[in-house]
Amino acid sequence: MGHRTPLYEEHVKAGARMVDFGGWDMPLHYGSQVAEHHAVRQQAGIFDVSHMRAVEVRGADARAYLRYMLANDVDKLGTPGKALYGCLLNEQGGVLDDLIVYFLAPDWFRLVVNAGPAEGDIAWLRAHAGRFGVDIAPRPDLAMIAVQGPRADEAASRVLGEAHATLARLKPFHGAFIGDTFLARTGYTGEAGFEILIDAREAPGLWRRFTDHGVVPAGLGARDTLRLEAGMNLYGHDMDATVSPLESGLAWTVSLAAEREFIGRSALLRQRAQGVTRRLTGLLLRAPGVVRDGQDLQGPWGRGTVTSGSFSPSLARGIGLVRVPAAAADGDACELIGRSGQVLDARLVTPPFVRQGRALIDL
Amino acid sequence: MSKVPGDLRYTKSHEWVREEGALVVVGITDHAQDLMGDMVFVELPKPGTRLDAGKECAVVESVKAASDVYAPVAGEVTAVNEALASAPETLNTDPYGNGWLFKVKPADPGAAHTLLDASAYETLLASET
Repeated sequence: MGHRTPLYEEHVKAGARMVDFGGWDMPLHYGSQVAEHHAVRQQAGIFDVSHMRAVEVRGADARAYLRYMLANDVDKLGTPGKALYGCLLNEQGGVLDDLIVYFLAPDWFRLVVNAGPAEGDIAWLRAHAGRFGVDIAPRPDLAMIAVQGPRADEAASRVLGEAHATLARLKPFHGAFIGDTFLARTGYTGEAGFEILIDAREAPGLWRRFTDHGVVPAGLGARDTLRLEAGMNLYGHDMDATVSPLESGLAWTVSLAAEREFIGRSALLRQRAQGVTRRLTGLLLRAPGVVRDGQDLQGPWGRGTVTSGSFSPSLARGIGLVRVPAAAADGDACELIGRSGQVLDARLVTPPFVRQGRALIDL
Repeated sequence: MSKVPGDLRYTKSHEWVREEGALVVVGITDHAQDLMGDMVFVELPKPGTRLDAGKECAVVESVKAASDVYAPVAGEVTAVNEALASAPETLNTDPYGNGWLFKVKPADPGAAHTLLDASAYETLLASET
């Protein structure tokens, strides 16, 4: 038995199929992951993401510390409440985790990290915290709920009452406190919506208020196809400690400006000077079928590998994220090697595939 | 609990067969579709294909996984369920009815009777969980 989130009982009552994810018992789906996917693209869905770990970084030098720890530069965060996506790297430039950092006060930042790498992240963060005099404090007392979809705000206006006015004012990648509860316009689906960090004891009641207002519980299955359509990487699949952000479609999250030293910077500069040999992009299957993690592909530029593969419910086609030689261009035709060795016609495409309910690639 | 209709025969690999005159209709069980989740793609044999009992002859793919379907009996494929190409989710909603996969003229007319009956299949399911 794995760890249970504060919403475990809600999932069981709703008939969820529970699976292990990063050491946690999590809902895969509540009957149909495809129906849940469509609910998020067209209406609104609610996800339990309490397996992700909130970690507080506190201290007068919290900003300087995070500028040293993260490949993205928290100096981009000027106003309290603003969020930034970035990677934690090792000295070799490999990705230890990807995370969101919220700037809450000059001496207070909050990180949200992935479930699987969380313990390693916390040890890594603490190992470097000493000389900055910052305190690293995980928050297992917080639950995290994501409400996503074009009607997420409409549901929030009914569930949150007056507090909804605060949410309504938030721009993308901004958050704000309502009492001790933190709301932010972030997510992992490519739809409008928000995420809520709330006291674990209050989470089941909030969950039920959203579902009572017609917001559809959605599991990890739908979360995976939604993020894949939205072209968002999944840690452990699309990047890990053996690859750099430059090889993982995450160069936009790396700030290499001259004056800032950070862990992994010299390795990334070396890699860039020598030439990045691989890159991450999208794959669209032209034949009927499903793309699977680990499948090989073959193009005029050599071989590639599927890092995340699935079936896109929105496009009704097999799609994936793939790591290919740097010479491979989006638009190139290639062949996916099926599980019994058969060859399937495919094409490289620039992610995202779908956002805001709309297809962004030509089929 | 998965549905296991009493009038069908079953395989250990979770196919069902129903006798229909001289033919047998083949599908996958409610338990199989439930384990796999939302079906999105079905690859069926061509009519006229000769099947060997126990050999893979079709593929069903869900969002989560791909799975081979094994021929419950030896014989010749006489018809396939073309409607599944555009509506694979029928395998989830009606696995014993409109979700049938293909029909076979068995080489041995009594072959279906060598398969598991409903109570034997239920015992198998109980032992797997």
